[in-house]
Amino acid sequence: MPIVKHKPKPKPEVLPGVRHPLEKYLRTDRLPHIWCSGCGLGIALSSFLYALEELEIDPDSVAVVSGIGCAGRFAGYVRLDSYHTTHGRAIPFATGLKLAKPDLKVVVFSGDGDLFAIGGNHFIHAARRNVDITVLCVNNFNYGMTGGQVGPTTPIEGRTTTTPYGNFEHPFNLVYLAASAGATYVARWTTLHARRLKESIKEALQHPGFNFIEIISPCPTNFGRRNKLGDALDEMRYYAEKAMIRHGADPAAAEVVPGKEFIVGKFVDTRKPTYLELYRKKVEELFGR
Amino acid sequence: MANKPVTRTASRVTKKRVLSGVHFMNGDEAIAEGAIAAGCTFFAAYPITPQSEIAERMARRLPQVDGVFIQMEDELGAMAAVIGAAWGGVKAMTATSGPGFSLMMENLGLAVMTETPCVIANVQRGAPSTGLPTLVGQGDMMQARWGSHGHYEIIALSPASPQEAFDLTVKAFALSERFRSPVLLMTDEVVGHMYERVEIPEEVPVAPRRKPKAPPDGFLPFKPEEDLVPPMACAGDGYRIHVTGLTHDERGYPAMDAEAHDKLVRRLCEKITRFRDEFTWYEEVMTEDAEVLVISYGISARVSLGGVELARAKGIKAGLLRLITIWPFPDEVIRKFADRVGGLVVVEINLGQIYREVERASGGRVPMRGVFHAGGRIHTPEEVLAGIEEVLECRS
Repeated sequence: MPIVKHKPKPKPEVLPGVRHPLEKYLRTDRLPHIWCSGCGLGIALSSFLYALEELEIDPDSVAVVSGIGCAGRFAGYVRLDSYHTTHGRAIPFATGLKLAKPDLKVVVFSGDGDLFAIGGNHFIHAARRNVDITVLCVNNFNYGMTGGQVGPTTPIEGRTTTTPYGNFEHPFNLVYLAASAGATYVARWTTLHARRLKESIKEALQHPGFNFIEIISPCPTNFGRRNKLGDALDEMRYYAEKAMIRHGADPAAAEVVPGKEFIVGKFVDTRKPTYLELYRKKVEELFGR
Repeated sequence: MANKPVTRTASRVTKKRVLSGVHFMNGDEAIAEGAIAAGCTFFAAYPITPQSEIAERMARRLPQVDGVFIQMEDELGAMAAVIGAAWGGVKAMTATSGPGFSLMMENLGLAVMTETPCVIANVQRGAPSTGLPTLVGQGDMMQARWGSHGHYEIIALSPASPQEAFDLTVKAFALSERFRSPVLLMTDEVVGHMYERVEIPEEVPVAPRRKPKAPPDGFLPFKPEEDLVPPMACAGDGYRIHVTGLTHDERGYPAMDAEAHDKLVRRLCEKITRFRDEFTWYEEVMTEDAEVLVISYGISARVSLGGVELARAKGIKAGLLRLITIWPFPDEVIRKFADRVGGLVVVEINLGQIYREVERASGGRVPMRGVFHAGGRIHTPEEVLAGIEEVLECRS
């Protein structure tokens, strides 16, 4: 957030008596949000909130934990118990929260850089342990908040402020990474697939264990602009053209390469005992119950 | 009490939170038992020498008392998990040594900023870097004070025996709840590994968490009470609050301006400094007529007592001031003694961290000598005696 506000965003006009169905989940006194126009975070946010609404989840039983970055601001807008933590540490924070308060549904909402660069180690270990949390990762292929630097998902030849001659580092395939580390629910959607994304979030929220959903999103201000991807609508058209829905596809084949078709859908949906289930079993064994 | 049988507990499965009785245990185990007795039900850590006995004891004991032990992937994660658990409503703790302490500094700042009660034990070893993993050090004292970025106040206590390790751990939890602040237990390898008699009382009180009395509607989660500490609405309590490491206002919302920042940082500091008398603990030995005062803490203070006794045997009027509360530094206590004595000797296993604090607090009004060692062993009483004699010489 800039210290000097050049031009305040216009306050949305609110008609008297008219309430948005998601208003009860939002800190409306914090709106408008700080996200750029064309950013996919708003779609990700509303997909999540519609999922809560349709599942009729008691808002007092959900906590949202975010790291740092554009997606890290997600926690600030939801009228839930919400924690905006340190860079990369949303998952271990969420782990502590979940283990201390098992009845809580704990959702981590953060970005690709936060979860997979600085927080990558925590991600794979939480997946390995099968901690019962849901991780939603908005992947915009760069660090948007800090001005558009290269990230762990930036494609080869991607232009960012720290790859001025084009990126030459190999990117992560997040779906493959999550599946390999042991996540029991793995899906990927783009912000074009808002309804499918919502349904997927609903599945994940009801699925015990470590759930991961990658949400591919436009970043028209930074990544999109530098890579001449056009505006947000152009990116949506690109998703419509290139995103191939293939449920149960091989995660290894889920690479995202610019200009090529890429797979979205549900990759993994399995069941294995969660960390807390196994912990409780050990305690029962200890006392011979 | 001396004839009470020593209870064997380490391998026994018991649901008891407080293992009342007389035990033979080391300082690390005493910290673990102190924590559980104080009501700690969550412990996250990463293995590191010479802390491992704390984690091992916790791994054995916490499942017995409805608690959770988790070995995290690193100390970054351990500290983050502790803060998360505290917001889940439980008493949470971690323990480490120098290298892990460095990694915890990041989220220690988050705990300060979000006013999260938790306890961090640092069993110090020789440093910098990997240093001397199995040998003693006291070189993290300044890191304890200033290790995380920004200006803040922190409470740090330093035990000199396994018994005190137990007692101070209990007190650390009470202070963390009282001030809604992380509290550091700055112990060292020798106290951690030293086996001594530890007497656990019949009852150990569990410090309550300060919960909001107001209803959720219109509740301001970071509006302090009269003593500058706000009540804490934890996850699932129905308050649905926002907690951020960003500078925030009383609503908990980010506030990106200089005034809000200054107001918040000042309150976070003042809520501790204004009430420091509640927990400025120290021990005096033979100070009434002392001409030379030895100031030390932790294991070094025990050696210093030997040095003071050697000096007394030679007719030198020496005394010992053992600091128990290290941070906030007891300036007033030092000042009071500096006016009474003719010389100060500071003994510590680093090259003069607390020495500088004593120098600052005493304002240079008396001659000073430091008896320092960089780490790897404790001092000898003879070295302390030499320091006492030196400071006397420079006075005459």
